[in-house]
Amino acid sequence: MSEPGFFAEVVEWFGDPAHWQGSSGIPARLVEHLILSAIPLVIAAAIALPAAMYVGHTRRFELAIVTIANIGRAIPSYALLVIMVILTGLGNEPIIVALTLLAIPPILTNGYVAIQSVDADTIEAARGMGLTGRQVLLGIELPLGAPLIVAGLRIAALQIVATAGLAALVAGGGLGRFIVDGLAVRNFPQVFSGAVLVALLAGLTDGAFTLLQRWATPRHGVRRPSRGLPAEQPPVPIVRPAL
Amino acid sequence: MTERPFIDWEWVGGHLDLIGQRLAQHVWLTVLAVGIGLLIALPISVYVQRRRRLYPVAAGFSGTLYTIPSIAFMGLLIPFTGLSTTTALVPLISYTLLIFVRNIVTGLDGVPEDTREAALGMGYSVRQLRWRVEIPLALPAIVAGLRLATVSTIGLVTITALIGKGGVGYLLLAGFRNLLPRTTAVTIGAVLSVAMAILADVGLLRLQRALAPWTRHVRSRTIG
Repeated sequence: MSEPGFFAEVVEWFGDPAHWQGSSGIPARLVEHLILSAIPLVIAAAIALPAAMYVGHTRRFELAIVTIANIGRAIPSYALLVIMVILTGLGNEPIIVALTLLAIPPILTNGYVAIQSVDADTIEAARGMGLTGRQVLLGIELPLGAPLIVAGLRIAALQIVATAGLAALVAGGGLGRFIVDGLAVRNFPQVFSGAVLVALLAGLTDGAFTLLQRWATPRHGVRRPSRGLPAEQPPVPIVRPAL
Repeated sequence: MTERPFIDWEWVGGHLDLIGQRLAQHVWLTVLAVGIGLLIALPISVYVQRRRRLYPVAAGFSGTLYTIPSIAFMGLLIPFTGLSTTTALVPLISYTLLIFVRNIVTGLDGVPEDTREAALGMGYSVRQLRWRVEIPLALPAIVAGLRLATVSTIGLVTITALIGKGGVGYLLLAGFRNLLPRTTAVTIGAVLSVAMAILADVGLLRLQRALAPWTRHVRSRTIG
């Protein structure tokens, strides 16, 4: 389907000043995509992190975490997006709600595993030294669990950025528009260019969270969770692929 | 448009063949993607499990593929492979690789050194050791990976509706665009997709337990 000049057409598409201005230009679509991604991530973290810390620390309602993780895995993100838009109408709000719901399970699961898997001896030692439950949570469990917590945020962020690309399929904005609109008029250079933009944004998101994860890892390598865990519960639980 | 019930059962009854076809397409795409993914990942995993320096390469490469959003992945392929099954399958297969490589390597890592030595002491060749000892012992972990890969692929197949595939995802897309009775098609599409995921999950969990009788009495907890 592609001709020799295909990549030249892609370069031309990116070079066209018309694609860089107005409400359907690259910068505007990028901003839309970022807004559609950032808001759900913040809301989902605000809901899921405290819940994960509570469950991980007190070991109560553990079954609820497993259940939410499994439900989250079974519902396709695309279906959730379509259902939300149909139930509540077109616009950004239903998309943001759907993306928030998608982001909660990975943050919750990883946060819970992060807190819950902190070495029991360490916690006992801390308690023996007279630390209160609150001090144990904030001073021991949270810093030691930080890398896994960030891993959960990373999975959630990637999933949101990817699924925000599908917003165009439910009449929303974002960079996915270039792909969906290009496909509708068989403008393949545009489809390809849009795909490059979405993939780049996902790659940058991944890179940013990788740095954050490195930064959050305690310096004197206290915990190396990559050994001895059953395969079913990988060190960094994969909840779902980036969509 | 006249007022339709939320779920128009009459329409469903008259379009069972359409729904059945999409369901079959969904299962077929899932089986192909997961099957090909496993066929690619198994030799790679067995190889890098032994040559440890290469493991980060395999994990890094499959991890990179994993971060490409599916709509972008398909968008990158469309100019070359068109609106074909290949365009749908390549991303789906790619996403299973990371899951398989991780689980297979973890499973092989879990084979106790003593067991290996005992087998070698009994005169097993390296090849026999691999196929008769290591892989059977790693099977539960491999099936755990198969389970994860299958469930996530079932969800991802819906997105290939973008290029006219999609399995029951077509019902979501066409329903949204009012090409089919909207609420009916979307509900049926979503319910069928979730039902397939649950069935696959439960079925493969049983297989996993059957393959690892020694874990049967351990209360298994599934996260991730």
